[in-house]
Amino acid sequence: MEFNYEIEGGNFSHAGTASSEVKKLLKQLNVNPALIKRIVVALYEAEVNVVAHAYEGVMNVVFDNNAIVVKIADKGPGIPDINLAMQEGFSTASPAVREMGFGAGMGLPNIKKNCDELKIESEVNKGTTVTMITHLN
Amino acid sequence: MGKPFYHALKVVSEACTGCTHCMNVCPTAAIRIKYGKAVINEAACTDCGMCLKSCPRRAIIVEQDDFSQIFKFSNRVILLPTVFIGQFPDDISEEQIFAELHNIGFTYVMEVDKAVPMIISESEKFMELNKHKHPFISAFCPAVIRLIQVRFPSLIDNIIRLKQAMDLSAIYARKKFIDKGIPEEEIGVFYVTQCAAKIAAIKSPVGEDKSPVDGVINMDFIYNKVLLSINKNKNNPVEKVPEQYHLTPESIQWTLSGGESSNFKGRCLAIDEIHNVIDILEKLENDELNDIDFIELRACDHSCAGGALATNNRFLTIERLNKRMEDYVKNNYTSVNKMPKYKDFLIPQMQLTGEIMPRSIEKLDEDFTVAMQKMEQINKIMKILPQVDCGFCGTPSCKSLAKDVVMGKAKLSQCIFKQKMLTKDELISPEESQEIAAKIWGEDKFENHK
Repeated sequence: MEFNYEIEGGNFSHAGTASSEVKKLLKQLNVNPALIKRIVVALYEAEVNVVAHAYEGVMNVVFDNNAIVVKIADKGPGIPDINLAMQEGFSTASPAVREMGFGAGMGLPNIKKNCDELKIESEVNKGTTVTMITHLN
Repeated sequence: MGKPFYHALKVVSEACTGCTHCMNVCPTAAIRIKYGKAVINEAACTDCGMCLKSCPRRAIIVEQDDFSQIFKFSNRVILLPTVFIGQFPDDISEEQIFAELHNIGFTYVMEVDKAVPMIISESEKFMELNKHKHPFISAFCPAVIRLIQVRFPSLIDNIIRLKQAMDLSAIYARKKFIDKGIPEEEIGVFYVTQCAAKIAAIKSPVGEDKSPVDGVINMDFIYNKVLLSINKNKNNPVEKVPEQYHLTPESIQWTLSGGESSNFKGRCLAIDEIHNVIDILEKLENDELNDIDFIELRACDHSCAGGALATNNRFLTIERLNKRMEDYVKNNYTSVNKMPKYKDFLIPQMQLTGEIMPRSIEKLDEDFTVAMQKMEQINKIMKILPQVDCGFCGTPSCKSLAKDVVMGKAKLSQCIFKQKMLTKDELISPEESQEIAAKIWGEDKFENHK
């Protein structure tokens, strides 16, 4: 089963909507609450990344073989150095984004901590695709 | 499945017209209309009282214990929520209210928020000892605890696991009488409730085996009784009640919005009204709220002043309580509170020893694969429903109908749009269509009234 949610770049007033929708699905599927929390934290961080940095994105959710596979693909500036971006505290967020309480440089490290497998593919000036896999049992 | 949950909210069939007001405001979508009457799903109900407040026909009531039961005991303690005094007009004094409660038959009157200083210090200790469970959610409102159980089970661990004012005061009052040499079975402890949730907390407590409260009296009922008694005795001098005291501003404030959150260190939030509570719990669950330390959550608008069984306007109640706090300061009152003397006895009993069980109403099935299939079916049904949430099917939304159909609780043909299509295609007759509707709305709605 597959679900797609659009994410609007630059619009913080709706940041987190897609993650909340996925949370509802996980609750319906009777996934362990602690696990739901982990997944949603990762998704929320990734969703906010799209809002903060990219122009637009899609959150694609597939339930497959007792795992949840979430692919968040955006059109945006891309990440020049993924290893650097994975470091805690590293951030390229604009002062405006930081003023809103985002962009502390904990996003990607936090995602990594809260999913079983993380894959980041990025092309500068094109966009980034983050794939998160979490096993549900 | 676990044992059934006691709910104080009941639908009075004779009065209910199936008007859907309650169905549309229920925060857990627990209400359906069947045969023209509202039916509450007990597994989903949190006793928040929104349905009662929305009912235009007083068809939803709070069931209470028979008042005469108090006379089974020779020592009759009445525990009052602080908002009780706030129900009365200014010209009725606290002394009069206490005296009339004695005239009605109680032998000891106590306001539960005398327990507040102990709750504050124990909550601080709990938070200090359980830092990893941060951010902390107050256990003040039983409807909120139930809401967390059914809709936000991942937040159960964040609840401060301590008994609240009502329980603590009940244990204290009982112990006081036992220490005076009165046999336990001769002590009856009764709580005046401002809401349905407190009754549920007494009849079917969460996190403890048995409530220390023996019975419940609805606030609107006892308010009326006191008022009548005051009128009857208005020419007699007010008799002095030995346990008369002044409640401290700290205790009075506790029951009002912000009363808890203003006491603790760090970043504390105070939220009231159930939809606001749901909103903040969603955010908390998503980890969207950073560095919050303590959250006060109350199901009713303006906290207990807005309780379903309050008779006075909530703003007038708050005004009176504010005035009571001002008077305390202005008149240099002092408060006699012997509760701290019983600290060593009370504190160990404050801990909730039982589990606060998750009882999710969202899950479609215990089994992941089956839940998945059901979710797929719901999505398919959603695509063919009109998405207008008209309620004609007897459920609050197209989504609820889709879920009910998949869970075997409803038929797709309950949808009025589907019915019209089926009738047009001659798959069902107009009579059959009306029969389906009558099962939802009752036969009498389809008779000609002259």
